[in-house]
Amino acid sequence: MDEIGLSVKNLSVYYSDRPAVKNVSLDFAAKQVTALIGPSGCGKSTFLRSLNRMNDLIPTSKVTGEIWIKEDDINSPSTDVVSLRQKIGMVWQRPNPFHKSIYENIAFGPRYHGVKNKKQLDQIVEESLTRAALWDETKDRLHHSALTLSGGQQQRLCIARSIAVQPDIILMDEPASALDPVSTAKIEELIGELKQDYCIIIVTHNMYQAARVSQKTAFFLLGELVEYDATDKMFTNPQKAETSDYISGRFG
Amino acid sequence: MNAKTADKIATAVIIAVAAFIVLLLIGLLGYILVRGLGHISFDFLTSAPETIRAGGGIGPQLFNSLFLLVLTMLITIPLGLGAGIYMSEYAPVNRVTAFIRLVVEVLSSFPSIVVGLFGLLIFVNLFEFGFSLFSGALALTVFNLPLMVRITEQGLRSVPQAQKEASLALGLTKWKTITSVMLPIAIPVILTGTILAAGRVFGEAAALLFTAGMSSPRLDFSDWNPLHDVSPLNPFRPAETLAVHIWKINSEGLAPDAPEIAAGASAVLILTVLLFNLVARWLGRYMYRKFTAIK
Repeated sequence: MDEIGLSVKNLSVYYSDRPAVKNVSLDFAAKQVTALIGPSGCGKSTFLRSLNRMNDLIPTSKVTGEIWIKEDDINSPSTDVVSLRQKIGMVWQRPNPFHKSIYENIAFGPRYHGVKNKKQLDQIVEESLTRAALWDETKDRLHHSALTLSGGQQQRLCIARSIAVQPDIILMDEPASALDPVSTAKIEELIGELKQDYCIIIVTHNMYQAARVSQKTAFFLLGELVEYDATDKMFTNPQKAETSDYISGRFG
Repeated sequence: MNAKTADKIATAVIIAVAAFIVLLLIGLLGYILVRGLGHISFDFLTSAPETIRAGGGIGPQLFNSLFLLVLTMLITIPLGLGAGIYMSEYAPVNRVTAFIRLVVEVLSSFPSIVVGLFGLLIFVNLFEFGFSLFSGALALTVFNLPLMVRITEQGLRSVPQAQKEASLALGLTKWKTITSVMLPIAIPVILTGTILAAGRVFGEAAALLFTAGMSSPRLDFSDWNPLHDVSPLNPFRPAETLAVHIWKINSEGLAPDAPEIAAGASAVLILTVLLFNLVARWLGRYMYRKFTAIK
């Protein structure tokens, strides 16, 4: 068995007592990409958002169960949510760079977490942008507003921003669904490279994308985990009828 | 009557109404400016008023208005920002906060003369601040604060949720997220609102009649020690503002040129408020560009 990056046990999420995720248990391997697929409203995004306690922001939501990173249950009330989130990066469907310069977008997190040295910050910015395959396009305009970048560049900037604080895990919520095919290809290529260092969990609507980028796939339906297996196995020989129907495009 | 005719009539009526309002405003502004502009001179803006003789100016009143504005804003801005941040980011959604919101709304629509009487009873008499700039600033705070709270709350609410989440996901605290990510985006909105509120404070008279007082002691503009009685900076001296001065000389002015002085002072008041509005627009746009677009 591969090294485990994140382990979820009996996780349920309720929105004002209406269950959105029902009793899901899943182990995510470190240094692999796991795709969460399923039709709209199946609870996959809600599930993803509970992994870094983003659902705490929704007052009516309640998350029960356990989420283990190494020796810590991060869903316990005593967890320091702020330092937890530094360990788990997140990338959203729509690129959401800060309304700041390209440089500041990257340097903002590390500086807050204690890197004050200008040279060190410069280095982090260069490294992060290079890893996100954005350095060549931005090195001459680091101090321009991040909002002047194209959508695809903004999304790569957001990925660079999240790796700049050195997380172990990166959550991606349909990171390419608002982008054109060329930008999508770049993001997918990037995900392929990042998996050497990070545990990546990606929600996607696009089954081809799941097949292209992930090693493991989890299929959600109506808030329940239907099937979880190696991606190639899942797409060629699914065990459950629902999975087979969804993958072959009979619903969803 | 068919739909097309109805459409034409409706368009014509709406244009007529809009034109009427614009004409009314231009007429009003034009009347005040035409009557007053001729009277404005450097001497008029800087010299002290005369009680009986002609040729008095509005120097101290203009200074009082500006000083009172600064004092009020010094009290209002921190309180309003604090309460606005609380209401938008920290307050739980329940009956208590809904009630607070209602109270804030009611407070902002209070008649200013009532606020003035309240100020007289509480600040002037009970707390014994007397007729003073400080009492006046507190009274103005009472009906400026709700505005400030609402402006801050709206400004913060206009920040996209995605910005907030992005910051929290990087492991930043809520407070750091508010100050470093949300406020910079909200500041153009907050700033514009604040300056517009300042314009309202600048023109306020009723709330000040019984709080800041209707007289201005002899001021020595060479003495800037706030503790001296004759110093213009002393916040505990009575101070007649420009708006109050206009009201007073119009109703009980003895100087032979009282109507001209009132007209001149009105023009100064209007021009200053107009200036506030223009500065607010410009500054709001400038800040927005600074935080978002190409440098």
